[in-house]
Amino acid sequence: MSTQVKTSSPATGNKKRAAQPYSERARGERRLGWLLAGPAFVVMLAVTAYPIVQAAYDSLFNYRLTAPSEREFIGLGNYGVILTDFVWWRDLGVTLLITVVTVVVELILGFALALVMHKALKSVRGLLRTAILVPYGIITVVSAFAWFYAFDINSGYINNWFDWVPGVDPDLNWFAGTWSSLFVIMASEIWKTTPFISLLLLAGLAQVPDELTEAAEVDGATWWERMSRVILPNMKAAIMVAVLFRALDAFRIFDNVFIMTNGAFGTEVLSLLAYRTSISRLEIGMGSAVSVLLFICVLLICFIAIKLFKVDLAGARGSK
Amino acid sequence: MPQHERFEPRNRKKPRALAGVTLALGAMLLSGCSETENVPTLTWYINPDDGGQAAIAERCTADSGGAYRIETSLLPNDAASQREQLARRLAAGDSSLDIMSLDPPFIPELAEPGFLAPVPEDVAQRTTENVVEGALAGAQWKDELVTVPFWANTQLLWYRKSVAEAAGLDMSQPVTWQQIMDAAASQDKFLGVQGQRGESMTVWVNALIESGGGQIIQNPEAPAAEVELGLASEAGTKAAEIVSTIGDEGLGGPGLATQDENFSMILFQGDNGSFMVNWPFVWPATNSAVEAGSLDEELIEDIGWTTYPRVDENEPAAPPLGGINLGVGAASQHPELAYQAIECIVSPENQAEYFITNGNPPSNTQAYEDPRIEEAFPMADTIRESLELSAPRPQTPYYNEVSIGLQQNWAPPGSVVPATTPEQTAEFILAVLRGESLL
Repeated sequence: MSTQVKTSSPATGNKKRAAQPYSERARGERRLGWLLAGPAFVVMLAVTAYPIVQAAYDSLFNYRLTAPSEREFIGLGNYGVILTDFVWWRDLGVTLLITVVTVVVELILGFALALVMHKALKSVRGLLRTAILVPYGIITVVSAFAWFYAFDINSGYINNWFDWVPGVDPDLNWFAGTWSSLFVIMASEIWKTTPFISLLLLAGLAQVPDELTEAAEVDGATWWERMSRVILPNMKAAIMVAVLFRALDAFRIFDNVFIMTNGAFGTEVLSLLAYRTSISRLEIGMGSAVSVLLFICVLLICFIAIKLFKVDLAGARGSK
Repeated sequence: MPQHERFEPRNRKKPRALAGVTLALGAMLLSGCSETENVPTLTWYINPDDGGQAAIAERCTADSGGAYRIETSLLPNDAASQREQLARRLAAGDSSLDIMSLDPPFIPELAEPGFLAPVPEDVAQRTTENVVEGALAGAQWKDELVTVPFWANTQLLWYRKSVAEAAGLDMSQPVTWQQIMDAAASQDKFLGVQGQRGESMTVWVNALIESGGGQIIQNPEAPAAEVELGLASEAGTKAAEIVSTIGDEGLGGPGLATQDENFSMILFQGDNGSFMVNWPFVWPATNSAVEAGSLDEELIEDIGWTTYPRVDENEPAAPPLGGINLGVGAASQHPELAYQAIECIVSPENQAEYFITNGNPPSNTQAYEDPRIEEAFPMADTIRESLELSAPRPQTPYYNEVSIGLQQNWAPPGSVVPATTPEQTAEFILAVLRGESLL
């Protein structure tokens, strides 16, 4: 910044005198910047940093909301219980499974949709984008209830479709088993978020220079070769943003599981475990420890994805 | 200047007149405000119903002669969410919790840390006269009345007369679970039970274990680390046999794993209905459906009722007990007025009215003398008999852990293994209570 200031004042012929008023202005701008960012910073401290620090502190206690006088410091005891309990590992497994499956399927479907929208005629492209975005605009709780009632054995219509399918039980209770419940939960998640992914990827597709694909076509590259050697490498940045965004979002899944199964039949996820421990059991200490561990998992995902993101960005730049 | 002189008097008059009007209006408004502002407002946190509690609040406000005004505030739908909200507010010292409609199993958890204002002796005496035993037990903690019984609920055995007759069951005599399971199976019909992972599962398991001569918790007042469970017992095994048979043999229908009270009722009302254990709300609900034309009128004629089934032929049944008690928050600014209002709310007249309009049975036996009750609820005598037989769920500050522990191991019913489930459940709950395991 300072180099630019010095070199950008040749008109005065006096670098020192020119830099002085400019740095004063810079200082003023910096002050203004702090002033403008200050309120947001304070709000962030209050609503994000404070709860995290408080949760970390509470997690060191055996602390139950309905027994305030029995609050006892136990150090990392809560973490010991959680990390040696199969419930934590089971819920972590379920959470990771949902994250991986939904992100992969959403990427594939989202890319297919993006391609359709990219190739669509200009006149219908806007309409397509709006139509595809409808599920994403629906409140998650509402869509979760809609999926629940559609698949529910007592009131749902999905099982009616199986009346004429030979070999399929029309009395299948989707919400009575782990895999069938997870299937509906993930399907709902995918249905809701794929449109958003497709729009992210559509933006990525728009960044791929047409000359490159046209040149590849002229050189006789097949559709698959154009896709794998030209289009996808040029879309790496968009794909990584989509993966990071969705992985974090899917890892914190709550609404769909809470509404459809409330964690029954082995479908409990980590955010639900944190909720049940803190809010339902009123075990503030243990619940805080679960939340802190969940927070560490989210940080880990961010760290890994950002590392990958940087590598890919460098690669993308290099390829240009 | 002369102009000024001429206009001055007029200008002075205007503000005076305005001030006069303002003062008069202000006085009127203030006198109006003071009338309502001087009357203390009591907030009554109510569980959802058909408007019965709000109507009682209005009546008691009118009857108080200006001593207090009751405003109702609605709690969430299910008992567990109501408990969560009330516990968090009480722990935070919320002074708006003047009167609370409380589910009996959650009362010890709130009474133990001193979240409830003590019930004055004279109020306790007056509000417990003629109250059924089960409701009274549910209102106490450590042999002390900590809440006031309002209404008491119980489950009955509802049956389709045609199915019972075809199966050759004499419903004038007490029946066992085995008998109704056999009857439903022989007629290829479904049994209406609540098999979902929820509070209703604890209600069912508790009734089965109590009827089999056991108890889920043997020392409910003990601290967490010393709690002794009675699940791994003969009564626990018998209970598990009943639940697993219904689940394994498909007697509860395909939706058993997610079946709550409402869906049990729908199953029972359908062509495959046979027997059902459920709360009395099913009667007005079925009548309404018939009146609305969504169910056949003949269905009403085909429905019979009796007390809850027994586990053992020679042992009495222990029907589930529900209902609502009224408590006062320790941080309330008007505890005396709140108890005065509670006395009005739980009067036998109000309980009878509430039963007739909302279908929730009185805890006070005197209320059953209202002749309108027999007309609206022909099964009122059976309900009263059932309330006398009923067994409350464990009264312990750790009820939530016990209940969720049970739900996690006994639902879905098809997963219950009589030889292992009761013992595994006990080990799991004890580990949770000792802080060694997550729930």
